Amino acid sequence: MTISRDAVLDWLKAFAATINENAAYLTQLDSDIGDGDHGANMNRGMQAVLTALPGVADKDVGSIFKTVGMKLVSTVGGASGPLYGTMFMQMGNATAGKMELTLDDWVAAVQAGYDGVIMRGKAQPGDKTMVDALTPGLAALKGQRDNGAAIPEALNAAAAATRQGMEATIPLVARKGRASYLGERSANHQDPGATSSYYLMKTAAETWK
Amino acid sequence: MKKLINKPEDVVVEELHGIEAAHPDLVKVHYEPNYIVRADAPVKGKVALVSGGGSGHEPMHGGFVGLGMLDAACPGAVFTSPTPDQMLEATKAVNGGAGVLHIVKNYTGDIMNFEMAADLARGDGVEVESVVTNDDVAVKDSLYTAGRRGVGITVIVEKIAGAAAERKHSLKEVADIARQVNDNGRSMGMALTSCTVPHAGKPTFELGDDEMEIGIGIHGEPGRTRMKLKTVHEIVEMMASAIVDDLPYKSGDQVLAFVNGMGGTPLIELYVVYNELHNFLKGRGIKIARNLIGSYITSLEMAGCSITLLELDDQLQALWDAPVKTPGMRWGA
Repeated sequence: MTISRDAVLDWLKAFAATINENAAYLTQLDSDIGDGDHGANMNRGMQAVLTALPGVADKDVGSIFKTVGMKLVSTVGGASGPLYGTMFMQMGNATAGKMELTLDDWVAAVQAGYDGVIMRGKAQPGDKTMVDALTPGLAALKGQRDNGAAIPEALNAAAAATRQGMEATIPLVARKGRASYLGERSANHQDPGATSSYYLMKTAAETWK
Repeated sequence: MKKLINKPEDVVVEELHGIEAAHPDLVKVHYEPNYIVRADAPVKGKVALVSGGGSGHEPMHGGFVGLGMLDAACPGAVFTSPTPDQMLEATKAVNGGAGVLHIVKNYTGDIMNFEMAADLARGDGVEVESVVTNDDVAVKDSLYTAGRRGVGITVIVEKIAGAAAERKHSLKEVADIARQVNDNGRSMGMALTSCTVPHAGKPTFELGDDEMEIGIGIHGEPGRTRMKLKTVHEIVEMMASAIVDDLPYKSGDQVLAFVNGMGGTPLIELYVVYNELHNFLKGRGIKIARNLIGSYITSLEMAGCSITLLELDDQLQALWDAPVKTPGMRWGA
C-alpha cells in the first residue's frame, strides 16, 4: 500500500476540518497558559490552505506540502505560523517530485518536518511544546517501519504515541513560548501546540486506513 | 463582550482604514499584506526603521510611523505577530539604500517571523540588522523561559533610534544606539483587570474585585503573582524597587521615567503613579531628567500601568528631545 497524492489532499482537508471543529478548544487551552489565539490562528491558516489546494491538486506531493507551508507562514502569524510553516516546507523538500508516498517516504517527511520545527523553535523535549507530542509520535512511526508494519498500523501507533506525548505535557512547566512566563503556574495545563500536533497524526491515521 | 467593533475579523483592517483617513499627511497604508509607511518613504540615504507586532497595543507601532521615529510598522492580528511577507514588503518599501533596522520585541512568534523576514530581505539584497527589546524585569529565570519580554522600552527605542537615523547615522550606529537604550532600560507592569481579545469574546483571565496581577506582559497573559490590591504607594514601591535594583540604577543617575497606561486607566491615575514614582526615585537619589506619561503601549482595554526607566546620557537625551512627528507622538516638528 502507498499513500496517493489524492490521499495526501484528503488528509490536509481532514486536518483543516479538525482544526475548525476544535478551534474554540485550542483557543481555550491557549487562554489558560498563553495568549488565547492558537485556535483562531490555526483555523485562519488552514482555511487559507484549503483555498490554495485546488491550484496544486495536479502537482507532486512535495509541491503540495511547500504550498501549505508558504500559506501557513503568511496567514497564521504568532509562533505557530513559522513553526507549522517550516514543518510543511521541510516535508515538501523531503517529498519533492513524488506522486505517492511509501511508509519510508512518510517517515522521511515527518523526520524532515520535525527537524524543521526544532531548527526554527529551538525547543527540546520537556519544554512543554509541540515537540513533546511529535517526538514520541516520530519514534513510534520509525519503530513500526523498522518492524515491517503496514501503513495503517504504523499510523495508528504514531497517533497513539503522539496523543500520549500531548497528554504528558499536562504536568510540565513551560520553558518556551509565552507559557514560560507563568513559571510553575503553567503546570497542570495541556499545551495547545502539542494538541494541534496530535490532530496532524490523528487525521493522518484516520484518513490513510 | 461589549466593544466598538463591527466584526472581530475586520477590526484590524477597519482600524487601518481609520488611520489612513485620519493621517494622510503623515502615513500611507498598504493592504494585503498590511503595513503602514511614512508618507515620504523611502527616505533616500537614511537608515529605515521597521517594527511590528500584534495589534491591540495602539498607538504602538502604527502610531509611531513618521518623521523621527519608524519608517514602517506591520500590524498582525490582535496579540499575534505579523507574518514574514508583511515584514519583507515593508522592508523593501522603506529601504532608502542605507539599510533597514528591524526592532523586534522578545516574544517567540515575533522573533521567528522577523528572522524569516530578515533572511528573505537579505536574499533580495537589502542590508538588515535586528535589535531585540527585552526589558521586562518581571520575567526571572531567563535561561528556563523564552527570556525577558520586550515591553515599555520598545517605545523609547523607536523614538531614540528614529532620531539617530534622522541624523543620518549608519545602520550599525543606529543599531548600537537602539541596543544601548534597551540595555539601559528596565520595565515592570501590573494589571487591575484583564482584557478581552475580540475573537475570544471573553476576558483572558479572571481577576477579583480586590485583586491585582503583578508582572503582567502586554498580551493579557497572566503575570507571575496575584495579590490583594494595595495602595498606589505600595504598588509603585514594589514595581520601582524591582526595576531600580535590577539594572541597578544608582544615586546620581539621570533617567527618563515612563509611566504607561495599559489602555483602560485614566490619566488622572497615571499622574498619581508618577507622583509616587517621583518621590520613590528622589529617595534613592535618582533624578528624573525627562518623562513620558500616557498610554503608549497598551493591552486593549486592560486597566493597569507599567513603569519604564532609562538611564540617560547626553547623547540619548538629545536624541529623545529631537523632533518627532507621528500620529501617536509629536513634538518639536
